[in-house]
Amino acid sequence: MYVAVKGGERAIAAAHRLLADERRGDPSVPELSIAQIEQQMSLAVDRVMSEGALYDRELAALAIKQARGDLVEAIFLLRAYRTTLPRLGHTLPIDTGRMAVRRRISATFKDVPGGQILGPTFDYTHRLLDFTLAAEEQATPQPPQPPTGDAEPITSMPRVTDIMTAEGILAPETDSSEGNSIADLTREPLAFPADRDARLQALARADEGFLLGLGYSTQRGYGRSHPFAGEVRMGAVAVEIQPEELPFPIEIGDVELTECQMINQYKGSAETLPQFTRGYGLAFGQGERKAMAMALVDRALRAAELGESADSPAQDAEFVLYHCDNLEASGFVQHLKLPHYVDFQAELGTLRALRAARREAAE
Amino acid sequence: MSGSGIRDDDVGHGRDGSPLSPVQAARRRWLVVLARASLAELEVIRGTIDGIIGDQMTPHVLRQPEIGMAMLRGRMGGTGQVFNFSEITLTRCTLQLADGRLGCAYMTGRRKNEARLAALIDALLQDPEHGETLIALTIDPLAAEQAERARRLVARSVPTKVEFFTLVRGENPA
Repeated sequence: MYVAVKGGERAIAAAHRLLADERRGDPSVPELSIAQIEQQMSLAVDRVMSEGALYDRELAALAIKQARGDLVEAIFLLRAYRTTLPRLGHTLPIDTGRMAVRRRISATFKDVPGGQILGPTFDYTHRLLDFTLAAEEQATPQPPQPPTGDAEPITSMPRVTDIMTAEGILAPETDSSEGNSIADLTREPLAFPADRDARLQALARADEGFLLGLGYSTQRGYGRSHPFAGEVRMGAVAVEIQPEELPFPIEIGDVELTECQMINQYKGSAETLPQFTRGYGLAFGQGERKAMAMALVDRALRAAELGESADSPAQDAEFVLYHCDNLEASGFVQHLKLPHYVDFQAELGTLRALRAARREAAE
Repeated sequence: MSGSGIRDDDVGHGRDGSPLSPVQAARRRWLVVLARASLAELEVIRGTIDGIIGDQMTPHVLRQPEIGMAMLRGRMGGTGQVFNFSEITLTRCTLQLADGRLGCAYMTGRRKNEARLAALIDALLQDPEHGETLIALTIDPLAAEQAERARRLVARSVPTKVEFFTLVRGENPA
């Protein structure tokens, strides 16, 4: 049977107008501005930038407004927009050791040089709904008074991992990539086995919820690696590029980042003394949960390299990397809403024939 | 520290790793300051320069302000092998004064007006006669302001630094 798949243009146009109206909501309620979203929904903006794989606060805020707060939809909008922009080059590798740190904690050493700086965190809040935020007129919150004058500034914030590496108890991360090509998933699709550069790029743009569940699974025994949050730091890092018309590189601005150094159970061999191993997470803004989950999954995916058996989902690179992108996942799941009338007719025909055959046999 | 521009002890290095000449180091410093300047700040600088060197030649724009992206690179574990992390928007512009001086601007974000102004200022600051005066009047105060802004932002977190105290245990010597 032929099923018409044309038509519906008027319905679609009307649905889009209805969507725009629903997006605006009750017109007696003031409309949200992009600046309000950027400032007051800043962690949503951070997430959309991380998973949208483009750092631009204003664009991410616009995407959130357009998507009615559906962050996966906003991520889709940002990814679609980025395809319209030319690639003008790449930055020099960022130096998170020179971060202007606004939060920095270590769960491995109490007295870490530079100290434990809590920063603006939800940790230690009581998670009780604060009804004063629902009041119409609120007093402007008063931030804690920063020290004045010669009070100790936060200038030196050595990485916990550097201190441990210097002592030899943590596997070092050294740059041996000189001259090697660096995987770029925006240019070349994933191929397996995927090296760690490709894996980290995929994880950086991966769905936070998916990584969170996988990271959690490693803690519960599916690929146990006994992790410690060696360090989590958040703050601004300079972005540096080498322009084609200049004989030297220049800083062109800053990005807010959260970095997580996960320290995991040790590994040694006949040649080397046992050392802790590491997992790395990096996210835009204050994407702390994402950075931690990413570090857990990065470590899990290093199973083969570290000579571990890889029999848990989080250690299976193909499983993780092929399913971690919420744009791809959302697209394939949601395409089920598109007309499958012909497919379904075929299935239906087969089913009816089977049922008829069974009835005949029974008679 | 990020956001505060170039440290005093940072002379910078060229593409090939060689140290920069004083002229190059000075230009690198102001390019970095201009990249972090707001439109209003750039307009003030432009006004100050106009006041000192008077009528300016109309620049020939070699590359109109252009918005694009750069691939932001990171290092595994912060210090290890390089990987492509994510992209960032940026704007660039290149122009030339009638006497041949080239000005360029590179800055994060989508900021065409800022990029055009910064490129013009870059060319004008290369003035052999007034350059040093212009830098002292425009770049130096803005660099100090940017450093102070970055310091204040970080200082907000200082009161959240944990001061541990340990209870004295019985077996500890008094």
